[in-house]
Parts: sequence; structure tokens; C-alpha cells
Amino acid sequence: MSNAPPERADSGALQELERDPASRKQFLKLMGGGVAATSAFSIFLAACGGDDDKKTQSTESTSTAATQESGDIKIVNYALTLEYLEADFYQQVIDSGLFKGAQQSLIQAIGDHENQHVEALSGTVSKLGGTPAAEPQTKFPIDNPKNILTLAATVENLGAAAYLGQADKIKNKEILAAAISIHSVEARHAAALNFLTGKSPTPDGGFAKPASMDQVLAAVKPFIVS
Amino acid sequence: MSNGNMAASELAAVEIHGMDRGAFVMKSALAVGTVYGVAAVGPFVGKALAASGDVGILNFALTLEYLEADFYTQGMKLNLGGEVAKFAKLAGAHEQQHVDALIATVKKLGGTPAKKPTFKFPISNQATFLKLAQTLEDTGVGAYNGAAPAIKSPEVLAAAGSIVQIEARHAAVIRLLNGVSPAPGAFDEALMEAKVLAAVKPLIKA
Repeated sequence: MSNAPPERADSGALQELERDPASRKQFLKLMGGGVAATSAFSIFLAACGGDDDKKTQSTESTSTAATQESGDIKIVNYALTLEYLEADFYQQVIDSGLFKGAQQSLIQAIGDHENQHVEALSGTVSKLGGTPAAEPQTKFPIDNPKNILTLAATVENLGAAAYLGQADKIKNKEILAAAISIHSVEARHAAALNFLTGKSPTPDGGFAKPASMDQVLAAVKPFIVS
Repeated sequence: MSNGNMAASELAAVEIHGMDRGAFVMKSALAVGTVYGVAAVGPFVGKALAASGDVGILNFALTLEYLEADFYTQGMKLNLGGEVAKFAKLAGAHEQQHVDALIATVKKLGGTPAKKPTFKFPISNQATFLKLAQTLEDTGVGAYNGAAPAIKSPEVLAAAGSIVQIEARHAAVIRLLNGVSPAPGAFDEALMEAKVLAAVKPLIKA
């Protein structure tokens, strides 16, 4: 889509996961994955994969510490993929020229936040010694302002629920701190967009509901081209 | 902390600190438990909670929720416009739900829930109400975000997360009603205890 970079040769952690049955199994277990999770996740891997057959030098070292760290890397790469989707969506909306004035300003501000999240998460993965997930190619229905804002609200509510679903699974407390500082910003975006589209800013009531990785991946699948 | 200010000193007594190595090891053990199921980790949870500051953090949150709930109750007595009044009612109901949930959680962990302090809010009209509402909701978000990494029980962390998301949503709506950006930045600040206290202490009467 818009300005997707050329195929990246580096293998994302998700792809690495695909090649490593042991860690994939463990990952699915971590995510409470059953059959449904497996299929949604496989689809996501297929969608995200760069089909680069060249094996990287990632050897299957599974010391306990490395396993813990790799769990966090996978979660951060999952978040990174969602942020790529969001950032790309807002870029496409801005490029469409369908918004003006205050609404355009809000969309730009939100898009800018998502770009900052992408940078931060990508940097975090690198810092942890992992390979940042590649930017997926996306496709969003950019038709009219009303539908776009409704889709934006859907995406943001999903994003907030996705972060909430991972909070208690993150092991490194610095990564946790970073994730929750993004989580509440996604929640702000979601509430603002809900409010502006005439929906309740708090659709779950007094307690927000988390979404599991498989739920989220299934929901974003229609927007991923490759 | 000034003497005789019970609620404030209680808040001050709560130390939101980073984890020491032992706590980190324990947290890792708990995190492993999330992989293999709650049952397997049951004994660890009990031990960890008994030794941890989770009750203290929950009571810290409870006091803030008391404050917010009372704030909206007081606010609804003002002559608020339709949209603002509707929001005050909605948010006030949520804050009361948070109060109830936190009290129940503290009790479940064997702790004693913090008592509700007496508050005094400098609000006299819609403008002053909206201004203070924004401060309180943004402070609430920062307080939860600041405390979260120190929470030891994954269950308590998940509960705090589901509450802070609502505080963030309230903050966003209030900010829109105030005509400012719903999200002041790409990353919400994590407030440490002293900053939270500085924001709320003037509102606590006794």
C-alpha cells in the first residue's frame, strides 16, 4: 500500500517464530491458543511473511532467560504490527484529503502518535536484540468521512483492547511501562473517536475488556494485503 | 505530609517503588504461571501477595477513585449543560464501580480497604468543573500508569489495566469538551506518588 518499503531481507520475529516449531508452540500456549488461535495466527504469519526463504543465522538457543526475553519481543512485535497498521491507515486517510479543519487536525495528531509508537516499539525490539517486524502492506476502505471515522474508532478500540490483553503477559517491567503508556493513549484515541461518531466513549462500561492476540489478528486480517 | 490529614498520609505511606531482584524473580514465577494456568501458580500467588505492596497500591488507587466519584457527585449538583451533565453522570457511575471493585479486591487479598476521606472541590460552575475534571482524570491515568509496573499479581495488574483504560477514555472526552486535544502526547506520563499527591492533596479535607 501507500509507501510500503521494498521487501525487507531481515526476518521479523514472527517469521522466525514460524520457522521454529518449538517456540511457536510455546508462543501459542502463552497466548492461550487453541485451534482457533493457531489458524488465525497462521494466517497472520502468512500475511506478514516476506517469504524470504533465506534462513537467518537464528539458531535455536532456548535458555530460560532467552525464552523470557523472546516472549516479550514477540509481544512487542505484535504491537508494532498493529501500530504499523494504524499509522498506515491514518496516512491513507490524510492522503485522501477527505478531512478539513478540526477533524483533519485530530487525525493528523493521532496519526503522528501512531508513528511515534512505531518508532518506539521498533527501537525496543532492536534494543532487546530482536528483529523488528516488517511493515505489512495494508488496504483500508477509504470512502467517505463518516465511514472512515467509524473505522478509525473500531481500529483504536481494538488497539486499546489488544494492549490490555498483553499487559499481564509482559515480563520486563520497562517494556510493561512503555506498553501501558501507549495503551492509555490508544484508549484516548478510541474514546475521542467514539464520542465524535456519536457512540459511547466507554462501550465496555466501567471496566475495559481485553482482546486476545487471536481475536485481534482475526479482526485486522481483512486490512492486511501481504 | 501534614499531621491530622489521615487520607493524605495514608497516600504518602504507599510507596510506589521499582522492583528489587527478589520481587522480579517472583514476578517471573508468576508470569510463568500465566502460561500454565492459574491453578499451578496458586501457592505462589498467595505468598507473593502477602509479601507484596499490591494492597497498598490498590488502596492508593481506591483513594483516588473515592475522590473522583465524590467529585462527579458534587459536580452533578452544579448547573451543567446537557452534554457535560450526561458525561458527569456516566463517569461518576464508573468511578463508583471502581471504588466497589477496589474495595472488594483489597478485601479478597486480606487487606483493609482505605477509608473514604472528606473532599472539598473548588468548583462553582461548568467551567471550573471541566477544568478540574481534566486535571483529575489525567492524574488518574498517570497514577495508574506509574503504579502498574510495581504491581506483582498478574490478576491485579489486569484489573488495574481495565480501570486505567476507562480513566483514559474519560480524560479524552473531558479534554474534547474543554476544546483541547484528547491525547496530549503519544505516550501518557507515568506519575510518581509525589506528583499525584501534589495534585490531589489540596482537595482532601480530612
